[in-house]
Amino acid sequence: MTPAQLEVQLVAVVVAAACAIPGAFLMLRRMSMMSDAISHTVLLGIVLAFFIVADLRSPLLIAGAAIVGLATVALVEVVNRTGLVREDTAIGLVFPALFSIAVILISALAGDVHLDSDAVLLGELAFAPFNRFTPFGLDLGPVALWVMGGILLINVAVCGAFYKELKVATFDAGLATALGFSPALIHYGLMGMVSVTAVGAFDAVGSILVVALMIGPPAAAHLLTDRLPRLLGLSVAIGAVCAIGGYWLARALDANIAGAMATVVGVVFVLALLLAPERGLLVTARRRGRQRWEFARQLLLIHLATHEGTPAADDESRIDHMQRHMRWQPDFAERVVQSTADRGLVTRDADRLRLTEPGRHAARLASLT
Amino acid sequence: MDIFSDLLFDYTLRTVALGSAALGVVSGAVGAFAVLRRQALLGDAMSHAALPGVALAFLITGSRTPLVLMIGAALAGWVAALAVIGIVRASRVKADAAMALILSVFFGAGLVVLTFIQRQPAAGKAGLDRYLFGQAAALLEVDVITMAAVGAVAVLVLLVLWKEFKLLSFNPDFAASLGYPVRRLDVLLTSLLVIAIVVGLKTVGVVLMSAMVVAPGAAARQWTDRLGVMVLLSAVLGAAAGVAGSVISTTAHTATGPTIVLVATGLVVLSLLFAPRRGVAWARIRAWRRRRLLALEAVLGDLAALSAQHSREPDHAHHIAALYAIRGRAVVDRALGELAAQGLARRTSGDAWTLTEMGRERASRAARLRATQAGAP
Repeated sequence: MTPAQLEVQLVAVVVAAACAIPGAFLMLRRMSMMSDAISHTVLLGIVLAFFIVADLRSPLLIAGAAIVGLATVALVEVVNRTGLVREDTAIGLVFPALFSIAVILISALAGDVHLDSDAVLLGELAFAPFNRFTPFGLDLGPVALWVMGGILLINVAVCGAFYKELKVATFDAGLATALGFSPALIHYGLMGMVSVTAVGAFDAVGSILVVALMIGPPAAAHLLTDRLPRLLGLSVAIGAVCAIGGYWLARALDANIAGAMATVVGVVFVLALLLAPERGLLVTARRRGRQRWEFARQLLLIHLATHEGTPAADDESRIDHMQRHMRWQPDFAERVVQSTADRGLVTRDADRLRLTEPGRHAARLASLT
Repeated sequence: MDIFSDLLFDYTLRTVALGSAALGVVSGAVGAFAVLRRQALLGDAMSHAALPGVALAFLITGSRTPLVLMIGAALAGWVAALAVIGIVRASRVKADAAMALILSVFFGAGLVVLTFIQRQPAAGKAGLDRYLFGQAAALLEVDVITMAAVGAVAVLVLLVLWKEFKLLSFNPDFAASLGYPVRRLDVLLTSLLVIAIVVGLKTVGVVLMSAMVVAPGAAARQWTDRLGVMVLLSAVLGAAAGVAGSVISTTAHTATGPTIVLVATGLVVLSLLFAPRRGVAWARIRAWRRRRLLALEAVLGDLAALSAQHSREPDHAHHIAALYAIRGRAVVDRALGELAAQGLARRTSGDAWTLTEMGRERASRAARLRATQAGAP
């Protein structure tokens, strides 16, 4: 690996980690689509701030973008509070409008500025190593690494300092209010975190990938754990894996790195959906299958126990009777009988079934529950 | 007037205007249902998700025929919608996260395919990057014909199943209890939304097409409470935004998608402010009128209460300072002016005021009304 390749991957991992932290809270608070809205509208903040400072490398651009990110949230709330449209419509109206203004402003400036709406959407991580941070002539690595590293530190610090508040407000908003935490402050604080992260990240990876990295890893982690600290840790880890995996996928296909990372996020999510140890689809399907057999065996035992010692017992314990009585397919009935016999719960006597002592006990237990 | 003759005779402008009108009608009519069914964000997810469909359709067929690309886009959008529904049903992941995930993953995959195509020596760029922000000026006659034909099918289905979709949008449980196949109707109406999105992709672009589905419906909703009127109005507003936006963008050389979206947003803002009954401006005016009427009644009551202290001399005038002591100056001044104009109070001398005969009657009627209301169980 060349140093440049290493740096690209390092930047990608830091971006993924920085995105995962606010993203996890967004997802848990069911506001994932706000990441989409904010990651689009911060562009307007960058353009407006650029009008003021006329320098694309000024840190004021991040401040401007963060303010517009918060303004997006506020504007959605204003529209929402008129009661004339629903919240999803309010989001769906506000952010395309702000984004449109930004795109038109950029195209009006197009000649003079290196600010390209395509680049903003798509990002070009491959160029990250070319933009160096060189204070006093010292080469300290890519600027993007420093910016995103700083944002990651801020996110970790904020999340650490206000962990309890964020946690309570996320899982029990009513309790948080009762305890005296201001829901509005926490809401806007989180949104500020999302905005700053989105601005920092989209320079490197584009606004759409910001959404993928904010929501994808936490969504996958959500399938794997029930505990918030583990969710946060797993989100960061999954994000990092997606970042590195995406980089190599992009190299293999000679394609856009951000797009490849988002694709890997999708693959990882599908894997988690299928293979999660407790609630993965495969485990669930197997559990359902097992339960179906277990239920059939219990039904058989209870049936036999009910008729045991009655005049009808002789008739009721015939194997072909089960098929009619329980409406089982012949081979299903045969397999149920076989598996019940294998467990020593019934014995076969020609075409009749008899409960063994453990079978009688199992039937009693099953009919009690 | 040039612009109008150009609309009729200039080939590019006419093509652009016709295409945008078609897309506006379809997205407006179908989008009205999306707004009612809270599918605004699902529309956003589907329009982003259409990108890999466009790219893959081109990669597989090598054709740039609008219909082929549209079918690809529609399939991808449809798969995306099903994936969102599937994830929500099969796991603990909520709808918002599922949409954000599908949106970004599909879009990312689309980018991968797109860059892959761009680096193929033979294929060339194929102009697929126009699908990001849309370019009305690139519309050809064949595009417009395809858009109109596909859109017409969607609108036709909407009209044929009008009653069913109406029921589904407002009361799906009732529809199910009547024996309608609610699940299938739901999928069908969502598919129409996919079609509406796909029709506009080349003009407005995947990033902003969702706004074109939402905005006309949200604007139309403010003007009426009747579904038929709303859908019709939504189609008209959509067409107006489409034509105005694309003509502006073609003549002023701005990006088409953003321009159309801004025009549509403008229509929404106007509707939110000024639509009769629901509009914010009217609500403000109503509140202001109500406040003024209340102030009027209050000052009338004050005057009546003051004169009740002089029961032998009901005409006894009171200095305005006595009223100022009870309520704010501005309120009293404005109310007295109005009471005088209505002949309910009069100025006797200087700054002294008294109620007229009519004013006393009105005040005692109001007092009786208050008493019965207070006494009512």
